[in-house]
Amino acid sequence: MAKNLSEKFYTVMKKLEPRYPSKKALILPALHQAQEECGWLPAEVMEEIGEYIGVHPAQIREVASFYTMYNLKPVGKNHLRICTNVACCLRGSDELMGFAEKKLGIKCGETTADGLFTLSEEECLGACTTAPAMMANDDYVESLDVNSLNDYIEKIKQGVK
Amino acid sequence: MSTPVASDTLFVQHFWKDANRNLSYYLESMNGYQAAKRVLTEMTPDQVIDEVKKANIRGRGGAGFPMGMKWSFIPKNSEKPKYLVCNADESEPGTCKDRQIMRYIPHVLIEGLVIGSYAIGCKHAYIYIRGEYANEAKLLNAAIEEAYEKGYLGKNIFGTAYSLDVTVHRGAGAYICGEETGLLNSLEGKRGEPRVKPPFPAISGAFSCPTAVNNVESLANVPHIIRMGGDAFAKLGKIDKSGGTRLLSLSGHVKKPGVYEAPAGSLTLRQIIYDLGGGILNDKKLKAVIPGGSSAPILTADEIDVVYDVEPLMKVGTMMGSAAIMVIHEDTDLVKLLLRITKFYAHESCGQCTPCREGCHWMESILHKIIHGEAKPTDLDLLVDVAQNIGGKTLCALGDAAAGPVISFVKKFRPEFEAYIKGQKRYA
Repeated sequence: MAKNLSEKFYTVMKKLEPRYPSKKALILPALHQAQEECGWLPAEVMEEIGEYIGVHPAQIREVASFYTMYNLKPVGKNHLRICTNVACCLRGSDELMGFAEKKLGIKCGETTADGLFTLSEEECLGACTTAPAMMANDDYVESLDVNSLNDYIEKIKQGVK
Repeated sequence: MSTPVASDTLFVQHFWKDANRNLSYYLESMNGYQAAKRVLTEMTPDQVIDEVKKANIRGRGGAGFPMGMKWSFIPKNSEKPKYLVCNADESEPGTCKDRQIMRYIPHVLIEGLVIGSYAIGCKHAYIYIRGEYANEAKLLNAAIEEAYEKGYLGKNIFGTAYSLDVTVHRGAGAYICGEETGLLNSLEGKRGEPRVKPPFPAISGAFSCPTAVNNVESLANVPHIIRMGGDAFAKLGKIDKSGGTRLLSLSGHVKKPGVYEAPAGSLTLRQIIYDLGGGILNDKKLKAVIPGGSSAPILTADEIDVVYDVEPLMKVGTMMGSAAIMVIHEDTDLVKLLLRITKFYAHESCGQCTPCREGCHWMESILHKIIHGEAKPTDLDLLVDVAQNIGGKTLCALGDAAAGPVISFVKKFRPEFEAYIKGQKRYA
């Protein structure tokens, strides 16, 4: 089988293996590591993970599909996930989402044609006292308003971020 | 009762400075790892558990179960490995206190893990952290590495026979993994579906072995308990059965949202909102408060003179949960807010139990009809009926968590729902 995952993937996994009494416990770490490399989780990558861990690929997909952070289809280079849960909603996340959709010219859940942005709605991020908040890839951006969100998107567009 | 002074708090004075996360700060400013040293060199596991029992510390994750008792359930004569799992899946909407511990003083959590692991006989502890806290996971790993380098983790800690490994395990976006058996399934590489109980984790938890699952803030209190002694820690609390302090996540329509800390039971909800939070945003009128994360039944503005702790809140029909207080002012549309809350539970229901899986979607769908002016007058009772048929009929507490807000919102703010149904109000 053609290898889709790098040597680094296998090195990270080998290091983690002795930290669990069962190899299956590596499924979540493996999916994270694979997604970090590939940006999302194509079927052949999940197959390769299944082969490494020693379970059927369906079992990998079964697990991956349970969790919202695993991308089962490609996402943009910058994945903006705006929290719209209670605390953020009370602090104006609806307005932020509306603004982001207009600014990026896409609906929530879509990716821009240039592949630069994916926009998603997120459940509570745990940044409630600095609401409204969003995740931009792995980073939190907090105490947002329309102006700071606009600046953030502009900086990415101009290649500053 | 007054606003607490710094000497009454254990955590907040160490927050908000990045440099505090270094081991050197922990050693110099917080007597770091001295409690663990005392435990490993001078105390037996039973003595540690007794001290934690004396401290009257309730779990800080939401259920409020006495921590010492939880540890004492781990069988001592079992041949199997034992596990201590830290629940860092902080995902109850409104809650963001554990994040500050991990960001600013991760070593206090690691020291808590060393002491807790020793007490229950665990050789490998896990920190299950929600996937979104990717940066906090990196910070924890850096702190763990520091602890290994200095010999606070690894083989023969403080020259004793005791050895401990700690591994950070990242979740991947699922509210249900905050439920301890959902969390354990997720740790084992499965879908985060809660298990049938019994057996409880103390008998069969992680990898079918005896396991204690404790929240971040709970474990971070353990070094303080050992340092000051269980009795003194218990006395920090100003109310029966609750020792120590509580970290409060105060959000929504207050002037000064933030993570605060106060001795357990020392403040009323009103004092928290007006004294700590500076009052209502833009000097609006207070309308309602969700006092313990989005799963807690809502309180009206007239109900906030209640002492903020487990039992007093239970008496007024709600709960303290994870001590996340969300403040709501007069301009808020509560029908819209309830729809948002219900949508969350419908999205997060794992789908195992029919009442929760179907009920949450039906509640969302009825609320959707109400808000879009398509509901019949009888639909409001139908909504409450669905909610009442979820509560108590599911494997885990998510079903109850979804039902509580619906029942309390409709009971306390019925005219707002009726206005939509009668066509007096339109969705904007």
